[in-house]
Amino acid sequence: MSKLIFEKHVPDSNPFVLPPLAIPAANLDSIPKQFLRDQETALPEVSEVEAVRHFTELSTRAYGVDSGFYPLGSCTMKYNPKINEWAARLPGLAGLHPYQAEDTIQGALQIYYEMQEMLSEITGMDGFSLQPAAGAHGEMVGVMTIKAYHLNRQDQQRTKMMVPDSAHGTNPATANMVGFDVIEVKSNDRGLVDLDDLRAKMDEQVAGLMLTNPNTLGLFEEEIQEIAAIVHEGGGLLYYDGANLNGIIGIARPGDMGFDVIHVNLHKTFGTPHGAGGPGSGPVGVKSILLDFLPKPVAVKKGDSYGFDYDMPLSIGKVKNFYGNFGVIVKAYVYIKALGAEGIKEVCEHAVLNANYLRHQLRDSYNIPLDRLCKHEFVTNSKRQADQNGISTMDIAKRLIDYGYHPPTVYFPLIVSEAIMIEPTETESKERLDDFVQAMRSIAREAAEEPELVINAPHNAVIRRVDEVTAARKPVIKWEAP
Amino acid sequence: MNIPKKLLYTSEHEWIRVDGEKGNIGITDYAQHHLGDIVFVELPEVGEEAAMGESIGVIESVKAVATLFSPAGGKVIEVNEELEEAPELLNEDPYGNWIAIIELTDHSDLEKLMSAEAYTEFCKNLE
Repeated sequence: MSKLIFEKHVPDSNPFVLPPLAIPAANLDSIPKQFLRDQETALPEVSEVEAVRHFTELSTRAYGVDSGFYPLGSCTMKYNPKINEWAARLPGLAGLHPYQAEDTIQGALQIYYEMQEMLSEITGMDGFSLQPAAGAHGEMVGVMTIKAYHLNRQDQQRTKMMVPDSAHGTNPATANMVGFDVIEVKSNDRGLVDLDDLRAKMDEQVAGLMLTNPNTLGLFEEEIQEIAAIVHEGGGLLYYDGANLNGIIGIARPGDMGFDVIHVNLHKTFGTPHGAGGPGSGPVGVKSILLDFLPKPVAVKKGDSYGFDYDMPLSIGKVKNFYGNFGVIVKAYVYIKALGAEGIKEVCEHAVLNANYLRHQLRDSYNIPLDRLCKHEFVTNSKRQADQNGISTMDIAKRLIDYGYHPPTVYFPLIVSEAIMIEPTETESKERLDDFVQAMRSIAREAAEEPELVINAPHNAVIRRVDEVTAARKPVIKWEAP
Repeated sequence: MNIPKKLLYTSEHEWIRVDGEKGNIGITDYAQHHLGDIVFVELPEVGEEAAMGESIGVIESVKAVATLFSPAGGKVIEVNEELEEAPELLNEDPYGNWIAIIELTDHSDLEKLMSAEAYTEFCKNLE
């Protein structure tokens, strides 16, 4: 492990001094004594060149889509076109102030308005809010509109939200956060929603069902219309988690399947950088029955000009300061415009083709529990390797690092034991996929012939296998001065 | 796989040891084995009431987060606070370390649970 910048501290090694304050110093008299710092800040001091080296070295530890293939299932780690970055940095967009008068930001408002319209068209919804700052935030906002809808109808007994057992962890977390009790709906032996279980659990206390389609196994919920009918006839609403939109985009629309609310992740489906490298953006779309409850303001077109509409008395209110992460919205706007309708359709076709190609190429080496036509991702596991030499999914994932690949999502979805969830996305070439297949096959061979090599992986990474258990049980989360 | 004879089991891999009106509850050896190293236990609150199968806690491992369901209807009268500091106890001895004690509201719930033999068969079919 390299040292922390704090551990590289050398007193008096950097003569840098801050320029004198250009504004009057704050009067501290009004702040109670116990909140005032009474000792020097323990900031590290190193020479300029050592500081540059420190952070440059750290930057080489990062692994992203620009460094290599990143088949993290359910995360849609597609390439982020650089033209998006160019557009978001244009001075006329990047230099705007959020308090500027509407007539001075017509171009930005047009982008904002058209983005609402394009997302509505792509997903089959009637209106969108671009405010939510990330996917989970979008989920929360979407579920809040469902709650607002029921309460506005004086239907106060709907205190439960249904979530399938294959769902992303954010779904039950969101429902819980918005104040619903979570009811789990079981999957059947084909990996799809068990309709009998759904029927049995749908009653007048259920506010809705949160679903992703294709689901986390990469399988299309073929009975989606029946699912929608069961939920709607019971008085509930249907929520679409947009995490897996890449598997149907341009081909099928959640709105046409009967979904009432959707959130999309611009940082997944629409080619903008993911959180951490983000920020993210999780716009929420709704059918007409929920339009009144969207966060305000939304962008509107008045004649030839654009503006914000704040006159939304039933709105759940603002969910983000100003208008959301506008730079991300610009990037996704450019992504959609660059691809066009035909291009968006090809995104889906190639994402599905790539996933099925990998599934086909890996089935001789790995167990694939539900080995049938998938959408944008599929789930395999380590069952063959475990049965033979006791090799776990974690071992395989760690060995992939030695081959220069970011491991796929592991141990998710929870309904598949020792899951390995692979999502190649549309932006990978056949040559790259073939190289990944070779790496996976090599690991399967090693697992059979030299199991120790896999069990002790990674060998070539900057650090060896980390002790996740101790890290979770006894986390050290801050540096302390010696 | 250790499945003690005198306990009753749920399909969600909880056990209950009934003693009169009270029942000690915990997770099975199968559960701890499949969860892997347990790193966090969210205990129910004393006084909390739950119907059979209702969620009363959370068990988190490095691999997954699992819900703890009440094996029978009842009121929580005691929780094993030791688990907050030492969640690994559930891995080391899942039957020796109970998670909570509930006061049973309806003994007929127990008839719906599995015996050790039935649970052994149930686990075999999961593999």
